[in-house]
Amino acid sequence: MMGANESIVQPRRSLLSRFGELRLGRTAVILIPMLWLAAFFFIPFLVVFKISLAEAAIAVPPYSPLWEWDGDNAFGTLRINFGNYLFLFESRFYLDAYLSSIKIAAISTLITLVVGFPMAYLIAKSQSTMRTLLLALVILPFWTSFLLRVYAWMALLKKNGPVNEVLMALGVIDQPLQILQTDFAVYLGIVYTYLPFMILPLYTTLEKMDLSLIEAAQDLGAKPYQSFFLVTLPLAVPGIIAGCLLVFIPAVGEFVIPALLGASDTLMIGRVLWDEFFLNRDWPLASSVAIIMLIVLVGPIMFMRSRNKEAM
Amino acid sequence: MKGTSWTLRLSAGAGFVFLYAPIIALIIYSFNESKLVTVWGGWSIKWYVELFQNEQIMSAAWVSLKIAFISATLAAVLGTLAGFVLSRFGRFRGKTMLAGWVTAPLVMPEVITGLSLLLLFVAMENMFGWPAGRGLTTIVIAHTTFCLAYVAVVVQSRLATLDDTLEEAAMDLGAKPVTLFFLITLPLIAPAILAGWLLAFTLSLDDLVIASFVSGPGNSTLPMVIFSKVRLGVTPEINALATLMIGIVMIAVIAAVFLMRRQQKQVAQED
Repeated sequence: MMGANESIVQPRRSLLSRFGELRLGRTAVILIPMLWLAAFFFIPFLVVFKISLAEAAIAVPPYSPLWEWDGDNAFGTLRINFGNYLFLFESRFYLDAYLSSIKIAAISTLITLVVGFPMAYLIAKSQSTMRTLLLALVILPFWTSFLLRVYAWMALLKKNGPVNEVLMALGVIDQPLQILQTDFAVYLGIVYTYLPFMILPLYTTLEKMDLSLIEAAQDLGAKPYQSFFLVTLPLAVPGIIAGCLLVFIPAVGEFVIPALLGASDTLMIGRVLWDEFFLNRDWPLASSVAIIMLIVLVGPIMFMRSRNKEAM
Repeated sequence: MKGTSWTLRLSAGAGFVFLYAPIIALIIYSFNESKLVTVWGGWSIKWYVELFQNEQIMSAAWVSLKIAFISATLAAVLGTLAGFVLSRFGRFRGKTMLAGWVTAPLVMPEVITGLSLLLLFVAMENMFGWPAGRGLTTIVIAHTTFCLAYVAVVVQSRLATLDDTLEEAAMDLGAKPVTLFFLITLPLIAPAILAGWLLAFTLSLDDLVIASFVSGPGNSTLPMVIFSKVRLGVTPEINALATLMIGIVMIAVIAAVFLMRRQQKQVAQED
């Protein structure tokens, strides 16, 4: 029995332990989401790994079994095939696809940061009503269809589309440019769709920043650009890292943007995986492409998780 | 603090223009009479009429709405449980693992999630005979799984900022954990759960990649139909569809802001 005084001294602890009183109920409540995620998030990765070690076969499903009871011995035969991985490393095409995805994702992440930073900063500096309005403007696209927002650029970037027409009217170019189906359009698409993911964590960090620090720097004679690079930017580092990871990680595996805006030779690994699966129907190879992509991304994902923990 | 500098205003303003120009262009084009999307042929609502007469789009929209409703509801229940367990249960075995499984789907590339779930469903069908083939059930399971993560994060952050004195008081007055949850905690986090449900609903409605992997023949969702049409080029009916979807979202967001304001005013008056 817990006395009243004790619970005043340690309120949080008593709340936690009271929730812990019903042992059985507690375990059940933990197990429901845990089992769901184990079954449909964790185990699928094991299945992908297993199939990445199989061989493609003309069968239903189109891969060879790893384990076969062929009557030679009681335990059956285990057939592990590293051929898919060897193929990935030997073929220039897949290596190029990984490198090019990482390059495209990294450059787009940097551009997103440059575009998003002033927006986040302005929101953080605004007064209450303006701030709510600007934040709503950033969040609104997040609620509208990603696919349709990428599609919107197809019309804008067409050869006879408005972007080309404006550039020609301004006299910047004489001939309409081929913008759609280039790498440039892919960068543009990534920056555009992932911009809110960059702005929101930046805003959260900048909002907490003590503005008097900048005033102090300027009172001490720092020029605006100096106070920006010496005070604002270093203080914003946690938000910058969070925003960059939120853009970079999904951008590496992006499929829709290169498929709609990119050229047929814009190499991105998400698209390679899609084609391997849907066009070539090579499930084991697609699985090994996915496993290598996961290995590439596991570092950034773990880094993000450790930072999240610090923040909490 | 000195006034906001012009460079900041200009660069941030350009950012907002960049964010909204394509959406506005899309809305204007949807009222374009001309079949050639980028040639202006006068105002018209004919593409809206054609949109509603397009059976393929309408039936796909119905499929998507059904899937989104069921997945968002399942995700709201499971996500609330996950968020609650993570922020109110203290330490327990497997907590780090659960926390990882909840946050990883947020950044996992969709092609990986889609492929892994499809391979799981195929393996399960071979082993247990369930789920038989791919269709609504498999899409609902897939969407519930990735939407659950979003609900859990929203609920968890709400619980983290929630003052627990009310829960404390109920405890001290002898409320059992189950009573406490349903009478105190749940009403307090209801807005967060609703926000999570809405987020899950829109994410499910929007998903192309995961649904393409786990759907079966005859179960095309709206994004799958849009993608197959759009891949071939700009289509006026899709402009009309996009405008409708954006319009619905805007009305919902404006209504939410308006309701929140009124609630805040009421609270202020009561004080």
